[in-house]
Amino acid sequence: MSEPTQRSDSFEPRIVAFFCNWCTYTAADLAGTARMTYAPNARVVRVMCSGRLDPQFILAALRNGADGVLIGGCHPGDCHYQEGNYKALRRFILLKRMLASFGIEEERVRLEWIAASEGEKVQRVINEMTDTIRRLGPLRLEPLPAEAAEGHGQKVAVHGGAV
Amino acid sequence: MSKPKVGFYWCASCGGCEEAVVDLAEGILDVVAAVDIVFWPVALDFKRSDVEALVDGELAVCFINGAIRSSEQCEMVELLRRKAKAVIAFGSCAQLGGIPGLANESSRAAVMDEAYKHAPSVDKGNTVEPIPHITVPEGKLELPVLWETVKTLDQVIDVDYYLPGCPPPVELIGNALKAILSGQLPPKGTVLAPDIALCEHCDRRETKPDKLSVKQFKRPHLTAVDPKECLLAQGLLCLGPVTRDGCGSPCIKANMPCTGCLGPTSNVRDYGAKALSAIASTAGANDEKEMEKILAGIVDPVGTFYRYSLPASFLHRRYQPTARGGK
Repeated sequence: MSEPTQRSDSFEPRIVAFFCNWCTYTAADLAGTARMTYAPNARVVRVMCSGRLDPQFILAALRNGADGVLIGGCHPGDCHYQEGNYKALRRFILLKRMLASFGIEEERVRLEWIAASEGEKVQRVINEMTDTIRRLGPLRLEPLPAEAAEGHGQKVAVHGGAV
Repeated sequence: MSKPKVGFYWCASCGGCEEAVVDLAEGILDVVAAVDIVFWPVALDFKRSDVEALVDGELAVCFINGAIRSSEQCEMVELLRRKAKAVIAFGSCAQLGGIPGLANESSRAAVMDEAYKHAPSVDKGNTVEPIPHITVPEGKLELPVLWETVKTLDQVIDVDYYLPGCPPPVELIGNALKAILSGQLPPKGTVLAPDIALCEHCDRRETKPDKLSVKQFKRPHLTAVDPKECLLAQGLLCLGPVTRDGCGSPCIKANMPCTGCLGPTSNVRDYGAKALSAIASTAGANDEKEMEKILAGIVDPVGTFYRYSLPASFLHRRYQPTARGGK
């Protein structure tokens, strides 16, 4: 994989990557121990299952400065918790449609099944996504009105479990 | 003569919240006996100058309903904030943006075009649009400016409490008034309603299967709805699992699914995302194509899940890469 292309304005995409503990995170670990190089633009957050991924996390990432969000889970049929990745996929399908209604390019949110042995897929997907986001440019959401972050009677930060 | 002074005000709203106050019925007599209502444009003839004449903090409490989307509404709520010890965001629009907040799916220009050019009731070729300033022989005239983006009340001023609902249920209003009059209020920022989901006390709860598996999402006007069975189990988009309890479920009792007007419980930050999560995961398929087919039954995800809360959401409004600026 070639180096991700540089642009003159030196925009570096910020990608938040949610990887499931059992497959994709292990694959990223494998990519590391195998000394594979890939774009340093993804900040990896380990979750126990892609099914744990509340869509609020994705929107919160975009709100807080991410230009893209990558979700990695086990291949269909391989979920450590049987069905978590199917739930992730159902939410992802509807969320992508909803993001389109918000005018946000669908390539900014990507779901990939990456098994524990697929270190090179982690490398490829992160490189590809970094290139894609670099081409799309930064996601510059209009800043929230000052009070909004803690408002609406919702004083507690996001910690609601998946329904 | 030293009864506490109370004000009511409305911003971008339909008037339903005012109706809810009147729905207190005889209860309102107790309220009037206990407080002096010194400002309530919809019902009493007090003017802005009467509010301006008050000392700062003279109002014990001010109930404000409606979203904030114009310069005039902003000025008024800033004035009321100065005059009131406590401000209560009254109803979905003030709390979360409400139905007017759906304008955030669009731009100000598109909203104005629709209202002044394309609406069926407007003469074709109409070019008359409101302009904020004009000079006439008698002097300068000014109209309020409509904002690009609709805001919640707490995105404009500091809010002490929230009364959720579209409109807030009479029982919750009554409880809130009792708490205020007795001085027994919870910590600032509290939503004055139970902090559990609507499903908890639903009459149909027993018929909700352990694992919901919806093969087809249905719309209520195209469906014969069973009056006893869980609405979600019937494929209706009922938002009870993610919506705050406290309304007495009048919609569900009328065989209509919950649309989520009481908003989220306190551990959810973005109502629409959580609602999407809850509903999408019930799609009864493991095959991607089949999932897409079932989820296509949800025609308008933003309008369905953010019906009352778009301005309060993480994304706040439709992404406009070229047109920025809140007001």
